[in-house]
Amino acid sequence: MVTVRFSELTEEEKYNHFMERIENDEKIEADDWMPDEYRNALIKLISSHGISEIMGALPEKEWVPKAPTINRKLSIMAKVQDEMGHGQLLLRVNEDLIKPLGRNRENVMNDLFTKKLKFHNVFHMPSPTWADAAIIAWLVDGAAILTQTMMLKTSYGPYGRALKRICQEESFHAKHGESLTLALASGTSNQKQMLQESLNRWWESLLMFFGPKSKKDIGSSSVDINIKYKLRTKTNEQLRQEFLTKYVPKIKLLGLTIPDETLRFDEEKEEWIYREPDWKKFKQVVSGNGPKSEERIALRRDSYKNNEWVRNALAAYHQKNRVFAG
Amino acid sequence: MTKDNKYISELIYQLADDNFIHSYRGSEWLGLAPHIEEDVAFSSINQDTMGHASMYFELLETLGEGSVDELSHNRKPKDFRNAIILEEANGSGTYLDQPEYDWAFTVIRHLFFGVLKEIRLESLNQSSYEPLIHTSRKIQTEQYYHLMHWKTWFTQLMLSTQEARDKMEQAISRVWRDFGGVISLGKYGKEISDLKLIASEDELRSEWLRRIHQIFDQVGFSIEGNPGMEQGNGRNGEHTEDLTSALNILSEVYHSDIDAVTW
Repeated sequence: MVTVRFSELTEEEKYNHFMERIENDEKIEADDWMPDEYRNALIKLISSHGISEIMGALPEKEWVPKAPTINRKLSIMAKVQDEMGHGQLLLRVNEDLIKPLGRNRENVMNDLFTKKLKFHNVFHMPSPTWADAAIIAWLVDGAAILTQTMMLKTSYGPYGRALKRICQEESFHAKHGESLTLALASGTSNQKQMLQESLNRWWESLLMFFGPKSKKDIGSSSVDINIKYKLRTKTNEQLRQEFLTKYVPKIKLLGLTIPDETLRFDEEKEEWIYREPDWKKFKQVVSGNGPKSEERIALRRDSYKNNEWVRNALAAYHQKNRVFAG
Repeated sequence: MTKDNKYISELIYQLADDNFIHSYRGSEWLGLAPHIEEDVAFSSINQDTMGHASMYFELLETLGEGSVDELSHNRKPKDFRNAIILEEANGSGTYLDQPEYDWAFTVIRHLFFGVLKEIRLESLNQSSYEPLIHTSRKIQTEQYYHLMHWKTWFTQLMLSTQEARDKMEQAISRVWRDFGGVISLGKYGKEISDLKLIASEDELRSEWLRRIHQIFDQVGFSIEGNPGMEQGNGRNGEHTEDLTSALNILSEVYHSDIDAVTW
């Protein structure tokens, strides 16, 4: 038998070998050979997921000090800290992928500031009341759990391992959100009203969260590529249907009204019929033109700039210490 | 309430309020720290510190001072016993609108407070009031890591660039001018230490100075004299506008529906 070194294979042979590994459900690791299309799909997916976790801390940040009891303060602090931790974990996974391209964390942050790097539609939206902290934790995190659980078996090993930990923590967040929601739903008429208004505010964004049914809606989509490489296993619509099946009965049970009079389960088709979200608006929002996009990106950008001296100082300190150590 | 209980409560209010406000100022940094790793670490510290405040509020609740949530959310600024330097804003702007927060000030305030907190906890371990012994032991395990965190920041920034050194030295002078207020036990200080609830203010101060000078020595820095109390003594209910605005934020939702039974 003649053995051939992997480096001596043609690009096509390498690609075929890679696809065989994907078909066999093998996990791809950071240092493995991978086609550019796969690497780029991962970078797009993971950097956007990571930065969404970090930007996701901002709508809730407002409510961290304002939480109405000490226990709520403690639980929302823990929750938002977890989100930051997820962001950090994912950015590290992403850093390994962008390293061969000569890129680093600073490039990623700059892409965020210049709106080149997009984050989830929900984190561009306002969160003007305490009930938003409840709805975000219960339903936004609930939606995130569905998409993330779907990707647990992703072909990229480091992403799958990060997601495993993220999903464990997200399920606590959803419980935290459920508890906040329940308290408001069984509270005074003001509390109930605040909750209903928040649901009205978030409903369309929640449906949008999963992305459009097909690329026709917004002009482009990475779903097909992501399915081809087994980065994900379900379509946007399948996930949205799962979300509706899981949460519509729960929302109704709390005595809340879903702000879509056309919403119903079609027994024949075995699917939810709902009012289609405005995908033009979706595209506009994720491009960084949502109601809170500018403000939140500015908050990140200005603080990043404001603390530049600290990062320079740390770099200088470590440089000096390397010299001493050598 | 017995006289002794009054002094016990007085001390615990100081401990609770210091941690409560300090944690709040820390939590305002959420999402704004110099790097993401620090955001994660700092918010963990703030969460622990809020937990410590909560433990002290629970002791006050047992003493009949009111429920934990009333104590933390429904007192007037003049009833707060925290030191003034701990209520001071992190910088200009608010935590949601154009915050220009000062990381050097934050590192110094946390380091100074962390060293004193460690000394206080060691002393509370010998307190004549037993519940304080249990509480301080629980807190100590976490506090060890917090202090290590701030010492690392302090050393690295002091021994880095000239710009950082200047900012840090300015922050030291600023916090120094008011840190006496954290060491103070307030107008009942003598009674508190006579009851052996905690060491005397003089003992706390000299131990704090000894440890701080030790830390300063390692980075070639020195400062003369005792820390001051220029803006007044928070232990006696003297406070600034910064506390009022902080408490308004902390209790905004709590006060938003007076009929609410649960949140």
